[in-house]
Amino acid sequence: MMSGSGRGTHEALMQAGPPPAHGPDGGAAGATARRTLPIRVEIARQLTRRRTQIALGFLVLLPILLALAFRLGGNDDNGAGAPALVDLATSGATNFTLFTLFVATGFLLVVVVALFAGDTVASEASWSSLRYLLAAPVPRSRLLQQKLAAALLYSAFALVLLPTVAYGVGGLFFGWDPAQSPLGTTFTTSESIARLAIVTGYLMVTLLFVAALGFTLGVYTDAPLGAVGGAVMLVIVSNILDAVTALGGLRNALPTHYSYAWTDVLSPEISYAQMGRGALWSLGYTLVLLTLAWRHFLRKDVVS
Amino acid sequence: MTSRRTRTVIGAVVLALVATAGIAVAAAGGGGDDPPVREEVLTIQGTPEPDGRPVSLDATLYLPRTAGPAPAIVLAHGFGGSKASVTGQARSLARDGYVVLAYSARGFGASGGLVHVDAPDFEVADGQRVLDLLATRPEVLTDAPGDPRVGVAGASYGGALSLLLAGTDPRVDAIAPSITWNDLRQSLFPQQAVRAEPARSPADVAPVDLDGVFKRGWAGIFFGATSGPTLTTCGRFAPDVCAAYQASAATGEPTPEVLALLGASSPARVLDRVRAPTLLLQGQADSLFPLSEADANARGIAAGGTPVKLVWYAGGHDGGQPETARLEGLTREWFGRYLKRDGSAPDTAFEVTSPVTPSLGAAAAPDLQVRSAPALPGVPATTTLPLAGPAQTALSPAGGSPAALTGLPGVGAALGTALGALGDLPLSDLPGQIAVFQTPVLTERLQVAGTPTVDLQISSSTGEATLFARLFDVSSDGSQALPQQLVAPIHLTGLPEAGRTVRVALPAVVLDLPAGHRLRVSLSSTDQAYAVPTEARAYRIGLVDDAVLTLPQVPTTRVGGSDTAPLLRIAAVLALVVVLGAVGLLVQARRRRHDAPDESLTAVPVAIVGLGKRYQGGYRAVSELSFRVEPGQVLGLLGPNGAGKTTTLRMLMGLILPTEGHITVFGHRIRPGAPVLSRVGAFIEGPGFLPHLSGRDNLELFWRATGRPTADAHLDTALEVAGLGDDVQRRVKTYSQGMRQRLAIAQAMLGLPELLVLDEPTNGLDPPQIREMREVLASYAATGRTVVVSSHLLAEVEQTCSHVVVMHRGRLVAEGPVAELVGSATAVVVDVSDPARAALVAHDVPGAQDIEVTGTGITLRLVGTPRADLVRALVAAGLDIDRLAPQRGLEEAFLALVGEQP
Repeated sequence: MMSGSGRGTHEALMQAGPPPAHGPDGGAAGATARRTLPIRVEIARQLTRRRTQIALGFLVLLPILLALAFRLGGNDDNGAGAPALVDLATSGATNFTLFTLFVATGFLLVVVVALFAGDTVASEASWSSLRYLLAAPVPRSRLLQQKLAAALLYSAFALVLLPTVAYGVGGLFFGWDPAQSPLGTTFTTSESIARLAIVTGYLMVTLLFVAALGFTLGVYTDAPLGAVGGAVMLVIVSNILDAVTALGGLRNALPTHYSYAWTDVLSPEISYAQMGRGALWSLGYTLVLLTLAWRHFLRKDVVS
Repeated sequence: MTSRRTRTVIGAVVLALVATAGIAVAAAGGGGDDPPVREEVLTIQGTPEPDGRPVSLDATLYLPRTAGPAPAIVLAHGFGGSKASVTGQARSLARDGYVVLAYSARGFGASGGLVHVDAPDFEVADGQRVLDLLATRPEVLTDAPGDPRVGVAGASYGGALSLLLAGTDPRVDAIAPSITWNDLRQSLFPQQAVRAEPARSPADVAPVDLDGVFKRGWAGIFFGATSGPTLTTCGRFAPDVCAAYQASAATGEPTPEVLALLGASSPARVLDRVRAPTLLLQGQADSLFPLSEADANARGIAAGGTPVKLVWYAGGHDGGQPETARLEGLTREWFGRYLKRDGSAPDTAFEVTSPVTPSLGAAAAPDLQVRSAPALPGVPATTTLPLAGPAQTALSPAGGSPAALTGLPGVGAALGTALGALGDLPLSDLPGQIAVFQTPVLTERLQVAGTPTVDLQISSSTGEATLFARLFDVSSDGSQALPQQLVAPIHLTGLPEAGRTVRVALPAVVLDLPAGHRLRVSLSSTDQAYAVPTEARAYRIGLVDDAVLTLPQVPTTRVGGSDTAPLLRIAAVLALVVVLGAVGLLVQARRRRHDAPDESLTAVPVAIVGLGKRYQGGYRAVSELSFRVEPGQVLGLLGPNGAGKTTTLRMLMGLILPTEGHITVFGHRIRPGAPVLSRVGAFIEGPGFLPHLSGRDNLELFWRATGRPTADAHLDTALEVAGLGDDVQRRVKTYSQGMRQRLAIAQAMLGLPELLVLDEPTNGLDPPQIREMREVLASYAATGRTVVVSSHLLAEVEQTCSHVVVMHRGRLVAEGPVAELVGSATAVVVDVSDPARAALVAHDVPGAQDIEVTGTGITLRLVGTPRADLVRALVAAGLDIDRLAPQRGLEEAFLALVGEQP
């Protein structure tokens, strides 16, 4: 603590020359708005955080836990009815990956994406570092843009990481057999991987809504928990409403209505109708939410 | 400023409205109010009955509200219905611009006459009279005098009429028959023992003879449908039809008379003369007119070069999925092409609705899957599966009872579900009555479309056999399902003792079988829905050598779903909104970039003009604030808590937007993210660091976020000022308040900015640190840079700053060099012998203010007057001065300035 209560000195300051010349826009030499908050700096900012490491770590851990559960639980094949995805989970790497994605779609991936997107602005506000970034200055639109880009990159990485790890774990535990759909169709290995890629791509698009929701809430609130929790809660509410069949066709407009539409990829011929609708709803909601986020942040008085 | 914001808001609203409207239009796909339809009830003279009685037909004409003559459509109803059955379709087509004529066939509804079952001389001739009438109507478009442009559509009974009429009268321009027959003999006396020839189409059934098994369930329903008001066994059937039916129903054998009558009423007779393009809609759930009937019609018409489109949809006489909207759409397109001649491309693609495949518990229900092949399917591809099973004996019980229950006419698939609910009660498989053969378990998915065939070796104790062949889908758990509850009756005569090899056509089905399932061919000696022999028989049924089940397949591709077009439109609108928004943002950013600096102020670090801030809640933090900071100054912003200092500094950094006035820094207007802020270092309202990073990492990361060259940071200089030593390597969350404070000031100094703004920098620092800070700021200003420091402590400002701006309640109270302010505010304490008189004397001294009498003397403030003058005046008045001292309590002076009492 000796140095902690120290005084500091300013010998070097005495040597400081006069201020350097500045640019035509009034900025300091070498300062360009377009170079502020580079994406790799934002990625580094987030990567050092425990929550990022834990979230990504859990995505690595989940397939291992699932595989161990299947291995320990044994294959309790009661054989009633058509085989479901869970029955085929241990039939090979691809099916294990599909099963992992199936169980992760409803909640885990939502939480992870909401965490990456909802926490990024709100946590800066809660640490008070947001005002220093803005005063640096990082233009407000630029800050949102870079923050969102980094959050989306992390989300995309998470969405690639999970199936990749699941494929590897599934292969090690259950062999490298290509996909087999519950309808009995089998695919070649290359086709299986292509279809996994489509599933991952669709999940990215459909979870874009969750990212936009979390991000927008994070811009409106200074509490990271409020943003992440709020996004997850709204997704849950949407899921609950989706279960209310009395709503009929209105449910199609719920942002989570098509979250499992990617299972159409398991048909022998992929049907893009449901996925197309899901993607459009997601993109539409994303557009509206992000417009709100920008609108609010560009006029906001940053007092936190 | 305000007007620009207003414009932006208006722009955004307009953009949103345009986008919403675009999406709405794109989703609705146009649309508008349907024009109303005019209805006119008519009576048409039909062909007289054989006894000469005239027959009048009850008809309704639906007239569209379109200008000029329009093509006509005749709608014929099903058996047991009337013109009222097709009202909905008629109105819908009329709204579409057709003249629609719906009439009750003879023997039905309010029409007169008797039922001759689509006989050429009666029902078909009636149809021609309807065409004659249409030719006379001015509302109807004609191709030639007496030749109206007309299409005919109908289901079942009406469908057969449309085929027969088109094959009889060349004036018919297009037809759309659905769920109807090709040969009524084969429909009512089906024979699925077929010639051992390759199939001509997927659902081809080429019976060895017309001596089939009487479909007594369905036939009974028909006769019930026409019972009239009088007590007669024939109802409204014509006597000859009635007699022929009753003869066959009694014996279960087709008489020559009935075969002749049914043959005359069969489109098969006239197909080679059909020139009207034909849309054939046939149901898969149809035990009355199975898919093979439509196949036969399609083959017969297409052979003459007439365009034919064949559709196997999911409904039929037994129910299933009606797919009404899709079929109406297909009909509309068909008539649009051939009646309105709308120029649409010909479409003779074969369409088949595939069974709904179970999905994986997906939330979104899968759509009915419609698949299509490019043209009318000809000779089908086939796949074969080996069949196994020993030769078995099946008994046909005397009296034909008990009989297997597979389906009930008109119920079909629903019965299958009901039977499933009864558990494993084998109503379809009566013990001793069946012979069963199985395929191996499927190793991969198998799609079947059409009539599977199998060759069997059959002998009978009487030389004659009536059998019902069924094809079961056996799932992996062993439960069996009879697709669409269909059975294929065969009737064999003259069987030798050793038996005969017979090719059996199983029911035509569309199946999508997953791996793990298998197929089971089962022959039953009885079936409730058919006439069975009454004498007891024993059948021996076995497989031929290397027996296989031959399964027809039609390579089809999934139809992309009708909703791709709106999806694309919505996607286009979304993309447009994004592009417009991006362009708007770019334009705005560009306009902002072109703000020119105020040249007269480029050397002035800070110029504040008329600044005001009212927070959203209405709280006014700053009002009419104007002052300037000159280069090289260390300016103190002084005021009690709540004076508006921090609000002012926040506005200076572009963190909050002023409600009035503006701030320029080096001549550049401050707004959020203004580039000139890169020449300003700030410490505002406490430190803000990433707690999980070390102090040094925080500073480095912050500098990297500015995007400026690392060398410009002067990190070491800043760290030296912070004086944290090795602690900079520790995580910030372990720092004390003072350490964070110093790190934050070091961060503000990164890059040695020309203007350093520090908000209450000495909070939390101990006296030696405060002194060091004072020196740092003095050195900083000595380099030609400028420092603005806010504080609520007058002493601190006095010691640190060269200039001061005093604020109170958001307003500027005083400004100027510190020395002046301090001087002006100097109070003097005088201990005198007579305080009361001293006060009076002091009162006359120019510049003396705030004179107060204390216990030992007086206190007062002297403004612009040397203290010596006061002393002279007091001495001159003869007062004894014990002590005179300037009071260094600037707090009092400050408070006096801000108008508050100590």
